[in-house]
Amino acid sequence: MSSVADDLHHDEHHDHKPAGIMRWLLTTNHKDIGTLYLWFAFIMFLVGGAMAMVIRAELFQPGLQIVEPNFFNQMTTVHGLIMVFGAVMPAFTGLANWMVPLMIGAPDMALPRMNNWSFWILPGAFLILLSSLFLEGGGPNFGWTFYAPLSTTFSNDSTALFVFSVHIMGISSIMGAINVIVTIFNMRAPGMTWMKMPMFVWTWLITAFLLIAVMPVLAGAVTMVLTDKYFGTSFFDAAGGGDPVMFQHIFWFFGHPEVYIMILPAFGIISHIVPTFSRKRLFGYSSMVYATASIALLSFIVWAHHMFTTGMPLFAEMFFMFATMLISVPTGVKVFNWVATMWRGSISYEMPMMFALAFIVLFTIGGFSGLMLAITPVDFQYHDTYFVVAHFHYVLVTGAVFSIMAAVYYWLPKWCGKMYDVTLAKWHFWCSMISVNLLFFPMHFVGLAGMPRRIPDYALQFADFNKWISIGGFAFGLSQLIFLALVIKASRKIGEPATAQVWDGAEGLEWEVPSPAPYHTFETPPEVK
Amino acid sequence: MTQPSQSNNNRMVIKLVAIVIGMFGFGFALVPLYDVFCDITGINGKTNPYAATYDVNTDVDTSREITVEFITRNQSGMVWDFEARTKRITVHPGELNTVEFYVKNPTAKDIVGQAIPSVSPGTAALYLNKTECFCFEQQPLQAGEEALMPMQFYVDPQLPEDIKVFTLSYTLYDVTGTSSVAMNRG
Repeated sequence: MSSVADDLHHDEHHDHKPAGIMRWLLTTNHKDIGTLYLWFAFIMFLVGGAMAMVIRAELFQPGLQIVEPNFFNQMTTVHGLIMVFGAVMPAFTGLANWMVPLMIGAPDMALPRMNNWSFWILPGAFLILLSSLFLEGGGPNFGWTFYAPLSTTFSNDSTALFVFSVHIMGISSIMGAINVIVTIFNMRAPGMTWMKMPMFVWTWLITAFLLIAVMPVLAGAVTMVLTDKYFGTSFFDAAGGGDPVMFQHIFWFFGHPEVYIMILPAFGIISHIVPTFSRKRLFGYSSMVYATASIALLSFIVWAHHMFTTGMPLFAEMFFMFATMLISVPTGVKVFNWVATMWRGSISYEMPMMFALAFIVLFTIGGFSGLMLAITPVDFQYHDTYFVVAHFHYVLVTGAVFSIMAAVYYWLPKWCGKMYDVTLAKWHFWCSMISVNLLFFPMHFVGLAGMPRRIPDYALQFADFNKWISIGGFAFGLSQLIFLALVIKASRKIGEPATAQVWDGAEGLEWEVPSPAPYHTFETPPEVK
Repeated sequence: MTQPSQSNNNRMVIKLVAIVIGMFGFGFALVPLYDVFCDITGINGKTNPYAATYDVNTDVDTSREITVEFITRNQSGMVWDFEARTKRITVHPGELNTVEFYVKNPTAKDIVGQAIPSVSPGTAALYLNKTECFCFEQQPLQAGEEALMPMQFYVDPQLPEDIKVFTLSYTLYDVTGTSSVAMNRG
């Protein structure tokens, strides 16, 4: 680093940054902020993962042995909140910060100071949430979906802390989304028309619109919980004229678009990696764009498929069932396009491609179990069982998280200037791939057999499957430490130097800047043909 | 470096913040929208919170028989004895009927209760007209006091043909803490 600083001494304003911690606290550089987001997400992934280990340790055998049921409930709740708002969403925001300006040929994000804020309020939010676990009475224990009246009438005193931390997380992601939208609208390099934008930029643009549309609704829902609990309002209290079922409508009006917020950027990432390692152009680029937009629009009219058992009238159940199934059409378009991109390509199996292939197969399994859940009459059996847990972990762990890992392997050489350690990468991939399926696949079976979610104990007939699930869970958790070692190694600049293009099939503006990407890039906009 | 587009950025940010504020408001607007939607469609089984008037000239459809069932339950923490004196009744659409509910406050302190009705199947709620109901008001009971509470209703002859049985459930809540009804102490 010091030799680089000396080199640039003649041009001090060019690469000036304060030393030590102040560099990171005060930074407005999109690459620094992207790095901060990614490290924060990784730390939260490990914290949330540790909570999953507690859950799996308790479920290793029937009976209560390690934790109290109340603490178990806090673990499932905070595990969910951390993985959704602390790991997956910040990781995607970090990738957007790093890659969107590089991909569209912009010198930085459009609103760099707001960018600094949107990151630096996040650690505070999670400090509040995590600290509530250590208070008397414990942290939130009502599930990450905080259904009323669990979160109002029956919740513990720390609920206000939960509400404020969700407010801050919401503000952070809204600011991040506004920044992405303004950057993409106003700062594309000359010649980069809408239909020339890379898929990751497209998917993030659509995600950002989903974020600003639904995060405020979540903020409204937690505010209503706050006033119901502490200020005597009756939004969700039937005694005062409210309705607890309305909570679920408001929550899932946010919640369903939220699950697409966590998967659309993943689709963008896979749409970059598959063409690179197939050495072909992406098949059906424009259909990919339209499919992403259709998924986003459909996400607003399917929310009640989370609520089939609340006693909805038949016509509503039919409507939400068919609307939900309709989503598999644009999603199918995407999967077939990736497969068609690989068709007759000269494929090589570097680590980003391995994770992308695992994503396509395993995410599709999650998609199919989603289709099963969409069928109203059978959902009455699947509802609130481990089948649901299996479904959303297939789409979120082997979907969203695998795509983030694929993205890290794909762009790490660009960020650090060094290739990752291939041996460690192989260990990480194969350990993760095997253990994640041992972890989540048997959940389908125990779910179909009727094992309920969010319960610290279970009937004896589920004991064997749960033992294997827990072993898979511990193995998957440990495998991520290999990933941690690999990322630390690359970020300490240990490894083979990477070329500017890194991968010989890679195309796009981000591969035209040197590796590692200099602190400032595209100060004069590139020309896009 | 991006100076030329600074005013563009500001205009765009203002628009996006407006969307954010609008959606925050929309979250709260969902509350009245939900009520209106449910009032019109009757899908959440809520009955009217005010008295209907019975027209004595209403045609009674003696060719149809509708079974109305009554169930009661207490919200956790509510200690009153609460039961329907009539568990089920067969009525003709358009006919005025009265049923009674028994309540007793077995504790040594004064309590205000509020009964919340709910009809299943939900669509029947639109056709259940109550001309008199204890659920329209909060009910104060002094320590040890008991009461018979009447409920007078008729079923709208427009009730869809496929509904032959429906259930009216009352859930009793303890609202002493937030009640505006004064206990007149004896």
